[in-house]
Amino acid sequence: MIWSKWWINGALVAAAALVLFPLAWMLSVSFMQPGTAGSLPPPMLPAHPTLGNYRELFAHAGMGRYFANSVFISTSITLLSLVCNTLAGYAFAKLRFAGREKLFGLLIGGLVIPAQVAMLPLFLLLKYVGLVNTYAGVILPSTATVFGIVGIFLVRQYARGIPDDLLEAARVDGAGELRIFVQIVLPLLKPILVTLAVLTFLTAWNDFMWPLIVLTGQQHYTLPVGLASLSREHVQDFELMMAGAVITVLPVLVLFLALQRYYLRGLLLGSVKG
Amino acid sequence: MNKPIVAWWFLAPALLVLGIFFLLPVLVGFALSLTDYDLYALADLHNLRFVGLHNYWELLHRPLFWAALGHTLYFVAVGVPLSMLASLGAALLLNSPLSKARAFFRTALFAPVVTTVVAVAVIWRYLFNPKYGVVNFVLMHLGMHPIDWLGDPRWAMPMIILFAVWKNFGYAMIILLAGLQAIPQDLYEAARIDGASIWRQFRHITLPSLSPILLLVSILTVSGYFQLFAEPYVITEGGPLQSTESVLYLMYDEGFKYWNMGTASAVAFLLFVLMFAVTALMWRAGEAEAAR
Repeated sequence: MIWSKWWINGALVAAAALVLFPLAWMLSVSFMQPGTAGSLPPPMLPAHPTLGNYRELFAHAGMGRYFANSVFISTSITLLSLVCNTLAGYAFAKLRFAGREKLFGLLIGGLVIPAQVAMLPLFLLLKYVGLVNTYAGVILPSTATVFGIVGIFLVRQYARGIPDDLLEAARVDGAGELRIFVQIVLPLLKPILVTLAVLTFLTAWNDFMWPLIVLTGQQHYTLPVGLASLSREHVQDFELMMAGAVITVLPVLVLFLALQRYYLRGLLLGSVKG
Repeated sequence: MNKPIVAWWFLAPALLVLGIFFLLPVLVGFALSLTDYDLYALADLHNLRFVGLHNYWELLHRPLFWAALGHTLYFVAVGVPLSMLASLGAALLLNSPLSKARAFFRTALFAPVVTTVVAVAVIWRYLFNPKYGVVNFVLMHLGMHPIDWLGDPRWAMPMIILFAVWKNFGYAMIILLAGLQAIPQDLYEAARIDGASIWRQFRHITLPSLSPILLLVSILTVSGYFQLFAEPYVITEGGPLQSTESVLYLMYDEGFKYWNMGTASAVAFLLFVLMFAVTALMWRAGEAEAAR
């Protein structure tokens, strides 16, 4: 028994060390003097720590701009999809209309279609309406594809727990549907809204392929697109690239650590849809 | 009871966004795959011609398409089982009554899932740098030959698979862990009284109870892995010698590098059909297994 205890905990420590090592090393290398990370044996800690890489990225590589773009785009996607998905999820759970289950089934069926199938025609459509290389060109399609259908599903599952009597009573009292939604339903949905917000924001922040396609000019680049483009120019500048990776990853890691409970609940709810 | 019209007002924003930015493009995409949309059509729509299934036919006769398909299948066939093993192993460790500090380890092992693919791919390129990377440094210390991870077509894909396992195993781990915690403890209790070994308990209690969840996460992982793109884009740029060029990478190059939108759309639909077939087969197999 005592041996299994050692084995199990030892294995966990080893696994965690292996998993966290690349992230820890990224942080360490980001503080190294330019040129020092490319030596043998690979240095684990910076001999003379510096913030120079970060300064360089913000001053000359446009990282500040990318950061602001990422914040703006991810926040917009999150807000827009919260509005759309909460309204729709509630309607599917609690409002009566003809063909409700059928329509919902169709939406869930749409989950099997990978977002990439829509990307080429979407690019052409956006080109004809002049939305290529604009913020809206990333935000609007991402609202549909990043978390659209899953978001509706999550809200619907949660809203089904709201007792019908509560809504009926409000209707008898003469409250309008919008007022019922805002004053009664929304407060009850708060936990799932936080979950949805965190999931959507993180997914939008990390999204790569669509922003890469639709953002053709540097001034609109998000962090992942900007970093990918920088990394092709600076293949051997390990320190600079690690600093760029830190700037990209740190915000989502911190957000995840702070709101972990909500994030993991969404993950579990979302996976039981099958 | 609400009036039915009210429900449609609530649905309108989501249905509009999904209709315009998802459903419509998917339909247009299929139409596009039946045309010869290229750079000339991009300049002037009058150059557009309907070509039927020609794009599909031509792709199926193109070595590059089969190569990209082969790389993607290699990635899925090796990457998914490895990911599942890592997820299951980690979930079992975390679920053991003997493990300490579970919340910490759970967070630590899950952390890569929330990171940005592009950023951690940049780290990976440094770790596996043939000259200065720590991986080759360790290999040499163990008395092995260093491997040209980024330059040798035989090793580039294994490196990307390792990356994907590291990045993604935490996702299935969390779901499997929840599944493990839902198995009633008295089943194990009874097995122990009967003198069943740990392995027999795993084989006859844990695995059967977990199999529906295992099937579900495998299907989710398979469809995720079929969409391989950002990893080779950043780490290897599809090379060396196109050994890590995936189907989506081919779609991206065809569409946005050479502007062959018709062909690229056909690539996208072929990938979709393949993903659909494979995941449907997995469901079928899983259900047949459960019915036995």
